Amino acid sequence: MSSVVTSLLVIVFVLFSLLTTASLLIWLERRLLALWQDRYGPNRVGPFGLGQVLADMIKIFFKEDWTPPFADRPVFVIAPTFIVITALMSFAVVPFSPSILVSDIDIGVLFFLAMSSLGVYSVALAGWASNNKYALLGALRASAQMLAYEVFMGLSLMGVVAITGSFSMQAIVKAQENIWFIVLQPIGFVIFMIAGIAETHRIPFDLPEAESELVAGFHSEYSGMKFGMFFVGEYIGITLISALLVTLFMGGWHGPFLPPVLWFFIKVFFFICGFILLRASLPRMRYDQLMAFGWKLMLPLSLLNLMATGAVILWSS
Amino acid sequence: MEYLFVLAMVGLAASMVAGGLIVARLVAPHKPGGLKDIPYECGEQPIGQAWIQFNVGYYLFGLLFLVFDVEAALMYPWAVVFRSVGLAGLIEMAIFVLVLIIGLVYAWRKGVLEWV
Repeated sequence: MSSVVTSLLVIVFVLFSLLTTASLLIWLERRLLALWQDRYGPNRVGPFGLGQVLADMIKIFFKEDWTPPFADRPVFVIAPTFIVITALMSFAVVPFSPSILVSDIDIGVLFFLAMSSLGVYSVALAGWASNNKYALLGALRASAQMLAYEVFMGLSLMGVVAITGSFSMQAIVKAQENIWFIVLQPIGFVIFMIAGIAETHRIPFDLPEAESELVAGFHSEYSGMKFGMFFVGEYIGITLISALLVTLFMGGWHGPFLPPVLWFFIKVFFFICGFILLRASLPRMRYDQLMAFGWKLMLPLSLLNLMATGAVILWSS
Repeated sequence: MEYLFVLAMVGLAASMVAGGLIVARLVAPHKPGGLKDIPYECGEQPIGQAWIQFNVGYYLFGLLFLVFDVEAALMYPWAVVFRSVGLAGLIEMAIFVLVLIIGLVYAWRKGVLEWV
């Protein structure tokens, strides 16, 4: 019985800390971007501008939550909730430490892939329901991009699964006790990272919401709380991809001296800052380059990587 | 039992999101009408609806995605039992992947992968 209570506490803890992290990340991203681009960033509200987080939350709640009369109302309302719920659900399988995790289901990797596929619906439906031409274009771009990059996102993880022989996240972390999978699967790591950035549509893959071409892309017509959902969903998505990079390739909670949970958070924080550094330094890709890069380079490469991994495993055993 | 926790997480996450929307609905102002009723097109009067037919290119990529995603679905169980099926499994999977790569090369040569 006590284990049930513990798990429920972990669920509540995970959900609340994620929502807090997401809003803190908005502040962190603006500060780091400012640092790297030689500007000030938000520094007026409270110490280091930290009060900005609170101010943004208040603003999101008190802005008019506008559902346009020309939109498809039910779909318009449901779409933004989807991206947040699926991103939050993926954290059900992420092990934070040997004992802290919501559920060690034996299809952990598959569960994550399924949830990330569902995320596509959010973007596609939001753009279609808006009945706005910019939103439609953004949604079409987003779905084509996410479909393309999802294929080899799954394939890039197969090497890790083949080495471990299990889909369970906890088993994958335990298999990395002696050597991290980034050493055994460097190509898989790079492919998964690129696919992850594309799935969360961050720069250099932020074509679905390219400001200079499409206003705000698929969420042009959204405001108030529903816009906030897309915003928070994006930051939870970044946290999720960082957490999975750590779990699958960087040894998860393994590390010397410090407690496992702390190691996990340090590694995740490192990757989140990496994502922000990418945004600070890279330009946006062109759309045909993006599709060609995915289908012509990454897909064959991930298939080759998988076959080579298989051959090496057989050779060494 | 483990799946019950996942279900609990779904329920809690959904209720948190719904809670956010409901609170916003209660406290946020609501003033319909005016120019807000027109889709945003940078100040231009929109011509026609946005619910139109779109480029067939997207469907072709959708079909390609379907092929390779089904392939991936077949590969997942193979990756788990990889060590027990051994060399025979690897060769069979290599043949399967080869057939699919021929398909990709065909689509490539036909110019499906070119974005116009």
